[in-house]
Amino acid sequence: MEYKSFLIKYAEIGTKGKNRYVFEDILCKNIRSAMKRIDGKFLVRKEYGRIFVDCLEEYDFDEAIEALQHVFGIVGICPVLVVPTMPWEELAEKLVQFVDDSYEDKNFTFKANCRRVNKEYPMHSMEVNMEAGAVLLHAFPELKVDVHHPEVMLNIELRDNIYVYSVTLPGPGGLPVGTNGKGMLLLSGGIDSPVAGYMVSKRGVNLEAVYFDAPPHTSEQAKQKVIDLAKLVAKYSGAIKLHIVHFTDIQEAIYHKCPEDEITIIMRRYMMRIAQTLAEKNECQALITGESIGQVASQTIYSLQVTNAVCTYPVFRPCIGMDKQEIVDISEKINTYETSILPYEDCCTTFVAKHPVTKPKLADIEASETLLADDIDRLVQEALDTEEVMSVW
Amino acid sequence: MEAYFDNAATTRASEAVQTMVKKVMDIDYGNPSSRHKKGAEASRYIKDAQESIAKTLKVEPKEIVFTSGGTESNNMALIGAALANKRKGKHIISTRIEHASVYNPLLFLEEQGYRITFLDVDEHGLVDPEDVCRAIDADTILVSVMMVNNEIGAIEPIEEIGKRIKKIDPEILFHVDAIQAYGKLKISPKRCQIDLLSVSGHKIHGPKGVGFLYIRDKVKIKPIIYGGGQQKDMRSGTENVPGIAGLGVAAKEMYTNHAEKIAQIQAVKDAFLAGVKKLDGVIDNSGEAPHIASVSFEGIERGEVLLHALEAKGVYCSSGSACSSNHPAISGTLQAIGMAPELLNSTLRFSFSVYSTIEEAEYAVQVIAEELPKRRAFVKR
Repeated sequence: MEYKSFLIKYAEIGTKGKNRYVFEDILCKNIRSAMKRIDGKFLVRKEYGRIFVDCLEEYDFDEAIEALQHVFGIVGICPVLVVPTMPWEELAEKLVQFVDDSYEDKNFTFKANCRRVNKEYPMHSMEVNMEAGAVLLHAFPELKVDVHHPEVMLNIELRDNIYVYSVTLPGPGGLPVGTNGKGMLLLSGGIDSPVAGYMVSKRGVNLEAVYFDAPPHTSEQAKQKVIDLAKLVAKYSGAIKLHIVHFTDIQEAIYHKCPEDEITIIMRRYMMRIAQTLAEKNECQALITGESIGQVASQTIYSLQVTNAVCTYPVFRPCIGMDKQEIVDISEKINTYETSILPYEDCCTTFVAKHPVTKPKLADIEASETLLADDIDRLVQEALDTEEVMSVW
Repeated sequence: MEAYFDNAATTRASEAVQTMVKKVMDIDYGNPSSRHKKGAEASRYIKDAQESIAKTLKVEPKEIVFTSGGTESNNMALIGAALANKRKGKHIISTRIEHASVYNPLLFLEEQGYRITFLDVDEHGLVDPEDVCRAIDADTILVSVMMVNNEIGAIEPIEEIGKRIKKIDPEILFHVDAIQAYGKLKISPKRCQIDLLSVSGHKIHGPKGVGFLYIRDKVKIKPIIYGGGQQKDMRSGTENVPGIAGLGVAAKEMYTNHAEKIAQIQAVKDAFLAGVKKLDGVIDNSGEAPHIASVSFEGIERGEVLLHALEAKGVYCSSGSACSSNHPAISGTLQAIGMAPELLNSTLRFSFSVYSTIEEAEYAVQVIAEELPKRRAFVKR
């Protein structure tokens, strides 16, 4: 069966009062840009408080579903049969055909559910329901009717045209990206940070990302890997502005001047400071990291406190309470896992001490940072001045 | 200035090769299996390439089968020879320093019930022919030894190994991975009693995606790719005519004024090594091959960081250790020659070609001299 249309179901945005129209418009816009990535011509339209995606040319069904499943705010996608208004006898034939095409095994319970918006149609919705039940039972004796808990709900909507649908494919849920401001994601190339970006973006937040490049300690491949990861996240979040910050000089200064076991934590504090400056410049409202309590030395609750102390912006850490396997599961779902595990060093692994501090004290770390006083401000400024920016999507 | 010193990884295609590839793609694009004129023209390119290559090895053109490259040639030789001789025996002898494209097919054969002996090498990476002979038993069907090691450039005593195994049992097949040797050394399969010899195109300024396997006349191996029966059933699939024609040109070029070319490459290697050995804490592991220099830098914890530092100044090389690759199972040449564990990751490979110059070698030495102290400052405390 060739579906000519998809009905888009959304949940949370329907409850947002006066903002509802704004949310719907943003969702429509996001669906339009998602559909632009695939072959075919699609019309996204709002009608009677619902969103339809009409397929105007030949298209690939699976590709279209996949594209829609990347648009946050969509809860369900119903492939719809659209036919012009026609007499019941003809419509009955279409229904039989629809059920025959949609279900190979017809051993299930169903219920017909008619909505008559077009009051010109000569039959009431109850009549349509009863007739449809009768026609289908006659055509497929294995079918059973169950009006309370049907396995299949056959929806027949009589509007400008007639819409028939019964299958709802799951969408990604969440809120449309662009309805909730913008966050600056610290993207490292590991497993966690792309997942963190995905999760915050799911709540309607636009993303920018910052990567700390440290050649020659990190390679060109490591940088390319981060760009590839940003691209994968962008399939959900929409275009990401990626800031590549040259971090080598700061890292080397820390290495030379600070106690070995504090290198990583001090490095992370400078990353947060730089990320926050970029967030401010680019009108973001929050920072986003992939940190998870206790995963590594720099992510113990003590370390997080010390790292967090340099931030005045809220720092969102959606992976904070997750086990590694739970994070891996999400990264597999969003298709970033395979890229994340490519074996290129990132700047955090280069200088890891054999025994890094796990219970740093803020006062100690701040004291160690005074050892950098000579030129750290200049180095940070240089890093900010020489950032490379690209739009990734 | 730029110094591309990673020619053991791949080389730039020569102008003549590029012209040939384009011509075959653009004008003489026929399928050699077609019965019409365009098919016949395409076949001509394959015959010409076979002839050019045969001349460089002093063998017959019909003994050359084209493949998709060195990896396929090695797979075809090892798996093909093992399958064809499984009734005679199931023992194969090789070494601990082979490339992954020999090592992994051998592991595959081990899974299929073959018995593989991996021989040790000495501190120069050389296999003792005596060890090969000692490893032979009544079940032995195949010996596979590389001619030039890809990590350090050791040249194996192929001629002696060939002669001695054939003296013990002429039925034992002798495969030689010559991927790093072809174009650099004069190779005589007949004199060395080689039955199967693998070569890759892109290591000698030819195109990527093409190589060949020399299969000595009368030697029977099983094909590993089945289909339309091209190349006398040995390697099905429409021939990569542009690649093959390009490879023919590259082979001919490489062996024209060969001694002169090799002297030039050797001179660059010598200049590079002479310069780099003047620096403190540098250990030279290089073998005799004219184009490969292997150097360990004391106090460099990760050679890759130095590699990227050199890269930033236009000097391109390889990290020299297989243990840094994704195959921890491969023992790696550096380990096999008994290198100190702390140096395994501190070793880089610089490899040269006819396009390399003394000036580039001097520039590379100068860049290394500048970067080395900076990188040494980053040892774990």
